[in-house]
Amino acid sequence: MNAPVLSRRLFLASSTAVGGGLLLSFDIEGEAQAAGPATLSAYLKVSPDGKATIASKIPEVGQGMRTALPMIIAEELDVAWEDVIVEQALADTKVYGRQVAGGSMATTLEWDGMRRVGAAGRWMLIQAAAAKLNVPAAELTTEPGRVVHVASGRKLAYGDLAQAAAAIAPPDPKTLALKDPKAFRIIGKSHVQTDTDAIVTGKPLFGIDVRLPGMVYATFVKAPTYAAKVASADLAAAKAVKGVRDAFVVDGGTALDGLLPGVAVVADSWWAARRGRNALDVAWADHPTSTQSTASLAAKAAEFAKTGAQRAARADGDVAAALKGAAKVVSAAYDYPFIAHAPLEPQNCTARVKDGKVEIWAPTQNPEPGRALVAKTLNVPPENVTIHLVRCGGGFGRRLINDYMVEAAFIASKVDAPVQLIWTREDDIQHDFYRPGGWHNFTAGLDAKGDLVAWRDHFVSFGEGETFVRSGGMNSTQFPAGAVPNYLHEVSVMPLGIPTGPLRAPGNNAFGFVIQSFTDEVALAAKTDPVEFRRKLLGEPRLIGPEGQNDSFHTGRMRGVLDLVAEKSGWGRKLPKGRGLGVACHFSHLGYVAVVMEVSVAKGQVKVEKAWVAADVGRQIINPTGADHQVQGSILDAIGSTLHQKITFENGAAVESNFGDFPLLRMSQAPPIEVHYLLSDNRPTGLGEPVLPPAPAALCNAIFAATGKRIRSLPVGDQLA
Amino acid sequence: MAYTLTVNGSPHTVDTEPSTPLLWVLRDLLNLVGTKYGCGVAQCGACTVHLDGAPVRACVTPVSRVGSKAVTTIEGVAANPVGAKVQQAWKSLDVPQCGYCQAGQIMSATALLTATPKPTDSQIDEAMDGNLCRCATYPRIRKAIKSASGQAEA
Ligand code: FES
Ligand code: FES
Repeated sequence: MNAPVLSRRLFLASSTAVGGGLLLSFDIEGEAQAAGPATLSAYLKVSPDGKATIASKIPEVGQGMRTALPMIIAEELDVAWEDVIVEQALADTKVYGRQVAGGSMATTLEWDGMRRVGAAGRWMLIQAAAAKLNVPAAELTTEPGRVVHVASGRKLAYGDLAQAAAAIAPPDPKTLALKDPKAFRIIGKSHVQTDTDAIVTGKPLFGIDVRLPGMVYATFVKAPTYAAKVASADLAAAKAVKGVRDAFVVDGGTALDGLLPGVAVVADSWWAARRGRNALDVAWADHPTSTQSTASLAAKAAEFAKTGAQRAARADGDVAAALKGAAKVVSAAYDYPFIAHAPLEPQNCTARVKDGKVEIWAPTQNPEPGRALVAKTLNVPPENVTIHLVRCGGGFGRRLINDYMVEAAFIASKVDAPVQLIWTREDDIQHDFYRPGGWHNFTAGLDAKGDLVAWRDHFVSFGEGETFVRSGGMNSTQFPAGAVPNYLHEVSVMPLGIPTGPLRAPGNNAFGFVIQSFTDEVALAAKTDPVEFRRKLLGEPRLIGPEGQNDSFHTGRMRGVLDLVAEKSGWGRKLPKGRGLGVACHFSHLGYVAVVMEVSVAKGQVKVEKAWVAADVGRQIINPTGADHQVQGSILDAIGSTLHQKITFENGAAVESNFGDFPLLRMSQAPPIEVHYLLSDNRPTGLGEPVLPPAPAALCNAIFAATGKRIRSLPVGDQLA
Repeated sequence: MAYTLTVNGSPHTVDTEPSTPLLWVLRDLLNLVGTKYGCGVAQCGACTVHLDGAPVRACVTPVSRVGSKAVTTIEGVAANPVGAKVQQAWKSLDVPQCGYCQAGQIMSATALLTATPKPTDSQIDEAMDGNLCRCATYPRIRKAIKSASGQAEA
């Protein structure tokens, strides 16, 4: 149904590993990458003791790729999972290709390539066995860790073949036979995450746990109004604090994702640095964006809603005429706030700068742009920057941007010791790259039969001209685009001096809320059951959009998950007063997801009683324990943000600063979640993001069912009081 | 000031300000980095350790207040049979996602099960509500606590 987006060639090279054994390096060339040809590769080492060391190329943020990708290689190599040692690859795009924990793309992009990596290793071990046993390779097969000659019953352990296999010319990966999925022993079965043991015993794993000889600690204070310069700071007072080694002003630049102005304090311990910071008494220069506030942005958005859009991004048919001729017209305005990522591990990075070489230990989701930023800021060639990928205590998109990396590297370049920079939680909440807020002014028209004939969304966001701020744009392919004859997507933007960026299912995390909530309003106006209305809207199974394009939408796949979630949740059943069921479905990151939530509302308080999820991410769930984590985590993430989270701005600066005013969901608020996968005949795709977008609307639609109150502005907060 | 602390059964002497939080004594002075910094203001629970078996937030516990109380961190909790059982349940149910909050979760759960061997759901909520998990692994934390206490998940 979906053609692969990437067509790839694999180039294999083999050599003898240090200490003997087979070492494979696989270069996979991506031909369809927009930025020109990227070379992707992975490493595999089989040692004489039979252990397979598999490099995990993608940064680990809790999304489980450090387990899932090695599982794929191990499957095709045919080794027992117990014999696999996972190693984190260095950040090196030239060797490993795309190394990004983002966009839910690792499964999509790596599935085929990782299988071929494993299959190539198996093929070479078989060739080595054929030579040793003096039989044709075709007579050989494998069982985990061994090559088997079935006719004679002879078996050779991989470890004993590794040395000889290393001398064999690697195969053309295209010619490799891959396993029949029915024969999978590892893929599709739950495997405890690679680092679980180390996590539960408190082993050092995270960026903040890095320890280097002679290392010192730093804190970096920046202006509450983004990019404002330092007017004055009492450096002497900070230096007088016991344990403080140095305090200095950093001039910084104006790019919000680069090195900003601020004051660094370096000390023997982080607490001493923190105490030094308290003594600084920094005064900040005036900044033009200090007049921005949540209220001023909302006022501007209201003005756009009144005066009309700046431009049309997509216009199918004639919405104005269709609305004029409609039997019923429904209008509603929706909005959602800026929100922060707040991964539990605050931003941090460790850096050593010596003799023009920079070595970095970074919890980052996206190392290469960090390398470029560090190289440019420190004026060193990029090849002089080494980046070690350390486990991230959560990412959610925050660590796709490497501001903390350049800060650590810059501070380390001024100090004669390795430096660990740790942000305070307040730094983290107030200097995020926020999910931008947005406004949607909807109008829909229904004909006499109750069919949707017109849909208009005037989206108000941030940017200049036709350019949006980071993660502030909206694609014009959001369903019901293509399913309604008259469709108008309009856009207005205003300038913004607040950093924004991708948050789990960027864009979609908000579009799912507004579109699926408004769809419920339209269903109500059509006097049609919300599930039934969506079924009608989806219509015949078909692909909307060109074959093989990532945002092309298959109505049949969505219908599948919608039907499944309706069935599993007992949609349509009678509920006591104060309870309600809500449904929503949304497509993003190649995944089709439908969610039903059951809520109860009492005394203005919402309690989510249960959630049901049906997801279609293709034919294979690689590691079910990890997959369930992503699904349940996404639902709970959405419940937390929908009910309680917002970042507000005054004087150009964030008001909220810690978990007291930016609350995360708690144990007592987490409902049970039932997860169902609809395995369809499509390539496996990612699961870290697509489950989130439908959840806020499912929740708010359930609130409506329970109370009759339509939530059109997030968070829900005390709107039900 | 010099302070002698008993951490995971062994004495350690550190020289620091009286107000230095136990969290930073553990992390920066004793190199016990399993205890995590999440908020610094007793709002997330990532820094939870035991003082004489009771859960406390190390980020707001000045070293001067520790006195002769025994400090137990995630690195030493396995010495407590309940702690070992909790860790085992966490492992078999594959509780962590990113894992950053889990040391604190395990310390709170161990304290709960030591005081209340068979907690009800609402006792679990009460004991664990101060431990935030940004990845929201709550369903598995609940399951693991039940499993470690020998109760089947309802
Ligand atoms: S770091 Fe102590 S409670 Fe958050
Ligand atoms: S597992 Fe990530 S914060 Fe709990």
